[in-house]
Amino acid sequence: MTMNPAVNSTMNSTLPEETAEATTGPALESSRWSLSQILDRSSPLIAGIIFLLAWEWLIKFYNVSKFVLPPPSLIISTLISERADLLTGLQYTAAVTISAFVAAVVSGIFFGVLLTQNRRIENTFWPYAVMMQVTPVVAIAPLVIIWVGLDRVWLAMLLLAWMVAFFPMLSNTAIGMKSADHGLRNVFELYGASRWKRFRYLQLPSALPFILAGARISSGLSVIGAVVAEFVAGSGGSRGLAFMIVESGTMLNIPRMFAALVMLSAFGLSIWYVTSAVQTLLLRRWHESELKQEN
Amino acid sequence: MLQNLDRATTSDGEQVVRRKPLVRMQNVDKIYSNGTVALKNLNLDVYPQEFISLLGPSGCGKSTALRIFSGLGAYSGGSMDWPQSMYDVSGKPEREVGFVFQEATLMPWATVFDNVFLPLRLKDKSKAQMTERVNEALALVGLSGFAKAYPRELSGGMKMRVSIARALVTQPKLLLMDEPFAALDEITRTRLSNDVLDIWARAKCTVMFVTHSIFESVYLSQRIVVMAARPGRIIGELKIDAPYPRDKEFRLSSEYSAYCRAVSDMLDLAMRS
Repeated sequence: MTMNPAVNSTMNSTLPEETAEATTGPALESSRWSLSQILDRSSPLIAGIIFLLAWEWLIKFYNVSKFVLPPPSLIISTLISERADLLTGLQYTAAVTISAFVAAVVSGIFFGVLLTQNRRIENTFWPYAVMMQVTPVVAIAPLVIIWVGLDRVWLAMLLLAWMVAFFPMLSNTAIGMKSADHGLRNVFELYGASRWKRFRYLQLPSALPFILAGARISSGLSVIGAVVAEFVAGSGGSRGLAFMIVESGTMLNIPRMFAALVMLSAFGLSIWYVTSAVQTLLLRRWHESELKQEN
Repeated sequence: MLQNLDRATTSDGEQVVRRKPLVRMQNVDKIYSNGTVALKNLNLDVYPQEFISLLGPSGCGKSTALRIFSGLGAYSGGSMDWPQSMYDVSGKPEREVGFVFQEATLMPWATVFDNVFLPLRLKDKSKAQMTERVNEALALVGLSGFAKAYPRELSGGMKMRVSIARALVTQPKLLLMDEPFAALDEITRTRLSNDVLDIWARAKCTVMFVTHSIFESVYLSQRIVVMAARPGRIIGELKIDAPYPRDKEFRLSSEYSAYCRAVSDMLDLAMRS
């Protein structure tokens, strides 16, 4: 971006001050890393290491049984020794979670857009969408398992995880679609924009920050949905991480339980980071949430 | 120029040349659904390449009138005619208007170029063919180097320039400006006033400028239409005969203050009656 205007108009005299006024935005961010920046980035890691060391030491000091709370060192060694099982479990849970998340994003955007096309459609279906949201998924899970899950456990789980993750996408898309700036709507009306163009060039970009915020919530919820689904489906064919937790619990293999839990958290965390990265990528040039302000 | 002229013959056989208005508003009323009378019996002829200001206190319906000119708002009574425009089959005039709102109303997610290109995009024009046109509009407002910048990276005055470029890119016959500088500081406003006069001279369009500043309206316009509130109506007109280009000299002249006084008196009269 060249911020040096080669102005050939009569307004030469007017520009220099204004140019100085204009902030160059992202260009200002240099790649120099100060000490405080390094500290900013590494502080969660440092805190985590201190926490783990304290945990390890307290367990030794009070001589806590590994059947109650295993020390981090044991959890790590279990992670290594049981890696084959854990990775299979992760694969299974990740497949359910990611499919459910993608389904929730696609269907949430689709129905969110559909719902806002017409006030009557919105009034008619909105209460049912809310109903779906407020009914605890644990309460419906056994039913879903009976209906579709007896010989297709995987599908039942997908359905359950989707039900949890769907609503934030729907409501955020719907709100986003309605949040287009009124002045801009006037501009579109003035030039006789078609419905499609209004959607494509005004409503969709206006809704994007909302949709992305919804996707972040949904990504976390789809992990929860997948875990709940595995809990309910039980031994009916699930081989995921959540089932490993249940299984290890009944066998009092607490270190294995923790190992599965660590995998699950790590997976949830990586999904969160991926969605955050996508959000930053799409919004960094224009949206308030991604812009840094220098005072 | 010739098509803008209307040849008529007076009773004594002498041919006179009369200009044909761009828009003619006759007895236009606007009543909102809640019963508020926003405009009552508005009569206004707007001529090609005129600079005309609508001046009045808030609530006098000047913005409403501007929206009716743009087609964004409908009028409740009276008639409006575009003698120089084509009408489509449904009887709607093909208004060639540009609108500059109080706020810059730019799309924050699009570059300056795409913002200015928007009206053409909405009219199904291709980007490749229109690049030059967009660049011309940007040059007209003095923002040639900023095509790739985002609105967030610009100052308030520059955003307003982008907004003006967007309104000009369709090469409208009538440029409507609704208190475009109300949100800007005094210094930027003065600078932009000069720029608007310059743009007006070069784009050869009619400018209709809504303002509540007496000084601004006298400085800019050839004709000031003074309005009053409750109900919104025109209470008088004043011609400003000073020649263009106008500059600081004019702002400081006694002629200028005399005009300001005249407009101010007209407003006072309306308030009292």
